[in-house]
Amino acid sequence: MKGYGRRRFVNMAMTAFCGAAVLIALVPLVSVFWLLLAKGFAGLSWSLFTSLPTPVGEPGGGVGNAILGTLFLVGLACVFGLPIGIGTGLFLAERGNGPIGDAVRFVTEVLSGVPSIVIGVVAYGLVVVPMHRFSALAGAVALALLMIPTLARATEEMVRLVPSHLREAALALGVPQWKTSLRVVLRTALSGIVTAILLSVSRAAGETAPLLFTSLNNQYWNFRPDQPTASLTVQIFNYAISPYEDWIQKAWASALVLLLFVSLMNLTSRFLARSRLRGA
Amino acid sequence: MQQPQSQISVQSLNAFFRSTRALKDVNVQVLPRSVLAVIGPSGCGKSTFLRCLNRMHELIPGATATGQVLIDGQDVYSSNVDPVMVRRRVGMVFQRPNPFPTMSIFDNAAAGLRLNGVRNSYAEQVEKSLRQSALWDEVKDRLHAAATSLSGGQQQRLCIARALAVEPEVLLMDEPASALDPIATARIEELIRELRERYTIVIVTHNMQQAARVSDWTAFFYMGELVECAPTEKIFTNPKEQRTEDYVTGKFG
Repeated sequence: MKGYGRRRFVNMAMTAFCGAAVLIALVPLVSVFWLLLAKGFAGLSWSLFTSLPTPVGEPGGGVGNAILGTLFLVGLACVFGLPIGIGTGLFLAERGNGPIGDAVRFVTEVLSGVPSIVIGVVAYGLVVVPMHRFSALAGAVALALLMIPTLARATEEMVRLVPSHLREAALALGVPQWKTSLRVVLRTALSGIVTAILLSVSRAAGETAPLLFTSLNNQYWNFRPDQPTASLTVQIFNYAISPYEDWIQKAWASALVLLLFVSLMNLTSRFLARSRLRGA
Repeated sequence: MQQPQSQISVQSLNAFFRSTRALKDVNVQVLPRSVLAVIGPSGCGKSTFLRCLNRMHELIPGATATGQVLIDGQDVYSSNVDPVMVRRRVGMVFQRPNPFPTMSIFDNAAAGLRLNGVRNSYAEQVEKSLRQSALWDEVKDRLHAAATSLSGGQQQRLCIARALAVEPEVLLMDEPASALDPIATARIEELIRELRERYTIVIVTHNMQQAARVSDWTAFFYMGELVECAPTEKIFTNPKEQRTEDYVTGKFG
């Protein structure tokens, strides 16, 4: 029975080790939430969401233009990113079994590994330089480039999960291949794809690096894609490195707003994913 | 109402999966408004034969076919025929019920019309096809419920309704009852006998009793060859070929 006692000891030790690892992993997560709530909650006010930033020393004001700017940038990024990302994923799943599919898959993998600051540089070269100005468009292109590879791979996986007998059922009704792909296959995979869209949107909303020299910043409301645009992340960056207490307070509050937005997106996608599994 | 008139004539049909020959020089005639049962052991080419009739076979990567399949005298393999149009004239029902899971019962029955761009209200056509597939009375009060809420046998009858809604001339059935319980199977068989009044039907089955019950003619396939095709009664009581007799009496297969 010597071996048994030893095995029991190892078993308990490993269980304790795994439990401790979980606790340590939770520390940063909990502390991020705690710190943001503690420091940022006081800065939350109606005007934070609705007002423009004020100059140093002037009380009040908010980051309304930055919140709107983030939504504007992400929305514009979706206009470019969703059709290309989802289209690529559909291609990979339906026709991606040859060398071309392998090449596309390889490229998306490489693209998803490119650091986001590099994506920003690329967008700078592609959009800012020819247009001679920073713009929401350039920021959106950078964010779209970040979204495309993850969307493409997620869509491919979701479409591959669609049973082939549904595809055959549609084709046997005399439905052309392209319509089968769009109206039956993509439709069936839709809830999974929506999950992927929400995740990529929340990731794009949290990006700072690719926006620094593409959409830049703006102290005013902007609804034009060819003008510099404020974003929550860049605004947080500018406020956080400033020496003014009021601005630093606003940085905490804005960070809390951003975290809540991103968490909401993630939770919604989790909820959708779970209800889909239950439905199937 | 115009009665669909059709006759299938298969002439020296060969089917391949890359270099493997799955069907060898098959010749079959099917009379209008009759039921042809296709029997044979697993892997003998029954399903391949069926899928050649509406050009579904070639959708499998590497699959090809040669020869002629005349439906109403027109060769569906002729170079100026669009396989998509062939599939609208030749409906198909699969082994496992496969309604579209994202659609309601109504939308499933209307799917063929809607996806093929027919624009009008589908209600009349949906009711007609659901009545033909003997499902109407069971679902008329919950047409907008999910198709997946139906039982397996109901789902299969919904798939039959979906195929009938586009008004095909020929109906192909690939072991339509093999995934169903005996009661649902009996309903499907009853349905086949009713549909025979209007459609030409080719049914692949593993179940020889089923072939005997529902068909007028029976074709016995073995190793990709059509061994014998004759009136069903003759196949089961007095077959010409020894191999047919061995199979239908259960000596192999």
